[in-house]
Amino acid sequence: MRLAIPSLLKPAAHAVMAIPLVLLAWGWGELLFWNPASRALSAEPVAYTHNALGLAALRALLLSLACTPVRRLTGWGRVMTLRRLLGLWAFAYAALHLAFYLWAELDLNVAELAAEVAKRPFILAGLMAFLALVPLALTSTAGAIRRLGARRWQALHRLAYLAGGAAVVHFILRVKGFQWEPWVYLAILVALLLLRLTSRGSASRARGRPSGARATG
Amino acid sequence: MVYHPRPSWWLPEREATPEPLYLNRRAIVGSLALAAAVPAVAATGVDRLAKLAHRRTREAGEPPTPLADVAGYNNFYEFGLDKADPARRAGSLRPSPWTVAIGGLVKKPLILDVDRFIARAPWEERVYRFRCVEGWSMVIPWVGVPFSSLIQAVEPLGHARYVAFRTLGDPEQMPGLRSPVLDWPYREGLRIDEAMHDLTLLAAGLYGRRLPNQNGAPLRLVVPWKYGFKSIKSIVSIDFVATQPPTSWNVASPREYGFYSNVNPEVDHPRWSQARERRIGEFRRRPTLLFNGYPEVAGLYAGMDLRRFF
Repeated sequence: MRLAIPSLLKPAAHAVMAIPLVLLAWGWGELLFWNPASRALSAEPVAYTHNALGLAALRALLLSLACTPVRRLTGWGRVMTLRRLLGLWAFAYAALHLAFYLWAELDLNVAELAAEVAKRPFILAGLMAFLALVPLALTSTAGAIRRLGARRWQALHRLAYLAGGAAVVHFILRVKGFQWEPWVYLAILVALLLLRLTSRGSASRARGRPSGARATG
Repeated sequence: MVYHPRPSWWLPEREATPEPLYLNRRAIVGSLALAAAVPAVAATGVDRLAKLAHRRTREAGEPPTPLADVAGYNNFYEFGLDKADPARRAGSLRPSPWTVAIGGLVKKPLILDVDRFIARAPWEERVYRFRCVEGWSMVIPWVGVPFSSLIQAVEPLGHARYVAFRTLGDPEQMPGLRSPVLDWPYREGLRIDEAMHDLTLLAAGLYGRRLPNQNGAPLRLVVPWKYGFKSIKSIVSIDFVATQPPTSWNVASPREYGFYSNVNPEVDHPRWSQARERRIGEFRRRPTLLFNGYPEVAGLYAGMDLRRFF
């Protein structure tokens, strides 16, 4: 007889994903309430928050895209239970990043957003990344998988790579001069995509059933 | 007959440090360590920097940005790309001893011994607005002398139309040089009338003390009506030249960073608007002012299309 010990994997993953948000909330709490001279969020907390939210979204998305390659390379099936969780955190951070931008930079002026998107390719890329994540968030439930059917759901969720690509382009175009950091993220994204494409041919799992809704092993 | 008295800090060529020693700063510092009159400057501990006697000659009409931000939020890519990197890593910079080679198309080239200069020059404190091209700004009480006084001392020739500046580019002192973000060493330039303008400041200090390393010790330029990257830091050479010199950001991205880079809310950076800025310490943005609120320079650009010559 085996004891059913509840897994700590998902709570731990949630906790790790929440760290940037907790640190930001703490920093803003300090600034607004109990320690206005705090420089925990640098001298320019608006820019700092922007970058922190964007990076958190990108990292969460790349981690989510890494789940399947990790399972295929290591055989650790439980990692697949994290895929949806990480993807939704990516969407949450992306939404916060966009909302913060609308509030702090554009004063909630939607007309200005249209103007900025038209004038600045990097804003367009960022918006595309967010919009690509919206249908993924909306169809993240088990019910959605049933309604769409496995094949269509799988095809739709390949948009995650498009979101990642647009997000990396947004980052590359944003920085001043040539900086290595955004290109590292591009390299990671390309590596993840290549891992998916190459292991597909040699995969012995012919069923191709999406395993986001159930743990496998 | 016109008589130009030599400024007190002028140093004849024969007293200049021989070039091999000049380039090998470690040897100089090592040999002078016991006799050094100027204490070593650390990146942190800005309150331990030597004071500079000065008189205030210009107000900004607004409160200055706290020193912790002025010396803690910096773009000095020679020490890293993060805003906090220069304060963390500029401790490896050795601002003393330091010489600046001033030459080119001038009658009286000179090698400026910075420590002697700092000891004798008639320092002024000027509170200037500082506007970064990225869209943030500060108010900084600089300690400097008008750059025009240096120009007068070297007597540029008639066909010297521009001034070219160069920052130190020593990989031993500057870990960020490994990053190819810019073509090192950092270079900047001004038209000679811009350099002669009374606002252009050759600064050796801020908040009444010598410059922290991360702010461009020991000597830097401050051109308050232009975007901050024109205010070149840690100067090692100043050359008077006949044609417009290359400047690092213009070489890196010619569409984005022009030679003039005058603060202008109506001329956007290709990737972001320049109509507003965020003053460090404030949350809401404020409108950006033409020439950063220094209309007295408008005469330099009369008749110029500021969109074409951005």
